[in-house]
Amino acid sequence: MKLKTALLGAACALSFAPAAFADRGTDGEVKFTFPQAVSIMNPFLSSGTKDVYASSLVLEPLAGFDADGNLIPKLVTEIPTVENGGISADLTTITWKLLPDLKWSDGSPVTADDAVFTAAYCMDPAGGCAQLSKFDGVAKVEAVDASTVKVTFSAPKPNPYTAFVGALSPILQKAQFAACQGAAAPTCTDPNNMPIGTGPFKVTGFTVNDTVTLAMNDNYRDPAKPAFASAVIKGGGDAEGSARAVMETGEFDYAWNTQIPPDSQASMTAAGKGEFVVAFGTLVERIEMNMTDPDPALPEGERSTAKHPHPVLSDIKVRTALSKAIDRQILSDVGYGAGGAPTCNVVPAPAAWASDNTGCIAQDMEGAKKLLDEAGWVPGADGIREKDGKKLHILYQSTVNPIRQDFQALIKDWWTELGVDVELKAIDPSVFFGGDAGSPDTFQKFYADVEMYANNSDGTDPETYLSQYQCVNAPSPENQWQGENMNRYCDPAYDAKVKVLSTTVDVAERQKLAKELNDMVTKDSMTVIPLVHRGTLSAHSNTLGGVKINAWDSEMWNVADWFRVK
Amino acid sequence: MLTFTLRRLLLAIPTLFVISLVIFLLVDLAPGSPMSEIPLTVPPEVRKKMIEALGADQPVMVRYVLWLRQFFWVEPATLFDGWFGTNLAGGEQRILSWQSRAPVFTIIGQRIPQTLTVIGTAYLVGVLIALPIGIYSAYRQYSLFDQLGTLFAMIGFSVPTFFSGTLIIIIFAVTLGWFPTKYDTNLAVTDWPSFLQQLRQMAMPVMTLGLANAAVISRYMRSSMLDNMTMDYVRTARAKGMSERVVVLKHVLRNSMIPVVTVIALGIPSIFGGAIITENLFGVNGIGAALIGAIHASDLPMVQTLAFIFAVLIVTFNLIADVLYGLLDPRIRYD
Repeated sequence: MKLKTALLGAACALSFAPAAFADRGTDGEVKFTFPQAVSIMNPFLSSGTKDVYASSLVLEPLAGFDADGNLIPKLVTEIPTVENGGISADLTTITWKLLPDLKWSDGSPVTADDAVFTAAYCMDPAGGCAQLSKFDGVAKVEAVDASTVKVTFSAPKPNPYTAFVGALSPILQKAQFAACQGAAAPTCTDPNNMPIGTGPFKVTGFTVNDTVTLAMNDNYRDPAKPAFASAVIKGGGDAEGSARAVMETGEFDYAWNTQIPPDSQASMTAAGKGEFVVAFGTLVERIEMNMTDPDPALPEGERSTAKHPHPVLSDIKVRTALSKAIDRQILSDVGYGAGGAPTCNVVPAPAAWASDNTGCIAQDMEGAKKLLDEAGWVPGADGIREKDGKKLHILYQSTVNPIRQDFQALIKDWWTELGVDVELKAIDPSVFFGGDAGSPDTFQKFYADVEMYANNSDGTDPETYLSQYQCVNAPSPENQWQGENMNRYCDPAYDAKVKVLSTTVDVAERQKLAKELNDMVTKDSMTVIPLVHRGTLSAHSNTLGGVKINAWDSEMWNVADWFRVK
Repeated sequence: MLTFTLRRLLLAIPTLFVISLVIFLLVDLAPGSPMSEIPLTVPPEVRKKMIEALGADQPVMVRYVLWLRQFFWVEPATLFDGWFGTNLAGGEQRILSWQSRAPVFTIIGQRIPQTLTVIGTAYLVGVLIALPIGIYSAYRQYSLFDQLGTLFAMIGFSVPTFFSGTLIIIIFAVTLGWFPTKYDTNLAVTDWPSFLQQLRQMAMPVMTLGLANAAVISRYMRSSMLDNMTMDYVRTARAKGMSERVVVLKHVLRNSMIPVVTVIALGIPSIFGGAIITENLFGVNGIGAALIGAIHASDLPMVQTLAFIFAVLIVTFNLIADVLYGLLDPRIRYD
């Protein structure tokens, strides 16, 4: 009876299979459009998202993340854990088992040597590898046998899923890149533009900063996939044009990063040819408070350094008042529509890692005014608050970007109502983010009282991201103004907690610590005022099936499963 | 004449050197960094290593001399090697784009054809529209046609291409669905249907640019015609009993064309420069789109090389114009 049921079940499954899944290459061409054109197909030499996503159609890591941020095996039999023996008990090694009979698109076998080579390629000091941080703490990568890769860390690593995990850290073919290591890496134009991979597609043509054409990989490990015989990625133009090409004219199937104003989103959806999809990762638009004095009267080299605490913002009451005066819901609706949500956290996702901190969402203008009164800032004759004869003046900088200028105008209104004299400044993004130590306008130098930009944590585990707020990471003349602690926030208790996090293994405990750290920089100290949790807005045509947008890996992470809706 | 040409050619060499140095310093001093587009999740140490790998941390004069060597020796040698199979360049590093790590001249080579086809056609269409409008407007000055022509020219002058282009997209692509909004660079014209497809995808960028070009040239044509219409030789021609057709198209038009031809000819180098906004809007991968992309990404080698090539073109075309004047008008003697 049991056998009969099993056989019947198998027969049913077989008979339904063809209806549900298309065969390889039966669905024609899938067309992508990116507002920024693809420059290079090697993610180790460019961490531009456009390049990483395009290369994810071709190059694959050992494991990736699904739409919920869970690890999924790609080129390996299973995810190594301490339980299954894949991770050593002392957390210093992780061992990956490659799938049997795995082939590159040129037909040659994938071996552990390829992974060993990839690690050596990225860790070469002369190569300028953009993903070097994925190999942080890696002491040795070795091939135990042809299908077993063992990564050894120099110290116990609670989160060993960095090297070879996710679209930022794929495996390169040793045979193709052997001559491209170190200083030769940038000069290998052909391999960099047409890498051989294990993914569902292979590159057939590459025009720099314009078009990538791809064909299905005949050696892809699943014989029934991909459903599309070819793919093309056309880049260039702007977000509006990309969205239009999918949503209104139907020329393209998928547009990545169609960040357009909410009213345009609505009118394009009304055309009925496609839909917008949003992936909420960890990107948060925030206002960072300068805890040090940016006064231009200070000598160069002492401005915005720990030597001089900020005369106004050092008072937590002022910082809290500035936060309370903001209506985050309005900001989100005006700037991002469906692509945003108000937030009070710097780590807004994944849900298990995010603090339940929502106290800042409701605007409280009266409470804010009261706090400023308590702090001794009382309204003067012109409505601007003053204390000891000094006006409450704030220089508020951000980058040139229409949404940010809208935000600046709205927030200036609220702060003016509060009795604060606000001066706005907008800086070209290539300068602001450029990190040039000679420029006074970088976000690291922070020659302003508050600044607004967006930042995110890489991947699901926020340890690295949260460790940025340690004292030692404050940009200063001593470290050529490099460093990620823009606020110059410095709390020994915070640093100690980061140390604990870096040695904690238990996931639940890590999540608890991450939430505490998040609360310390946000609601407890108001050093960072998070505003909007931003998603990536992409658009896909109604005729494209199988899209599951993913904020934790490439948006095309499951492109092998995409098909044409008939 | 020969002495003059030689002298001008020799003088062009130091001019170009000074231009190249000025461009290099300007581009280098401009704020921005090749790392500004990289996500904030990449830590500062890694950024520093990436800058070192690009060679962007070298002193500016070292990079300038290296660029000079690459531009004037390595690149021509590579080109020569490609033609004759020699090995002059000896595998020396070519000028590489920081953004894509591909040789800058390969990228330019890929992009010149699109720019010449699309921008060149737009220029031609603009001229073909502008001349009749200019002629008839001048002949019937202050008529309804002249007023409409002026209106057309004013619109062409004052409406920026990012607006007219978007408007054209909304009318012809979104509402009517006639033309594609994104230029397909991989389209190979092999038969009538693919030729038709090429015409369809060129239609909207050509319309956008053609309007702007036609506006400028039609005004030149009109005013030049008006200057000549009142001349004595026109009255003489009419007095001789010539038909209006012969008077306008033979006598007046020929004389009026001299300044207009100069304007048209001097506009030709700008075709090579591409059209930044229009190319970007319609996804035409031409030189203009490459330039703006490189500027956004602070891709110094690309910006520097393109700017210098434009400088060479402008110096060359000016020289050609000067020499041609001497040839066309014997009264101009340089010796």
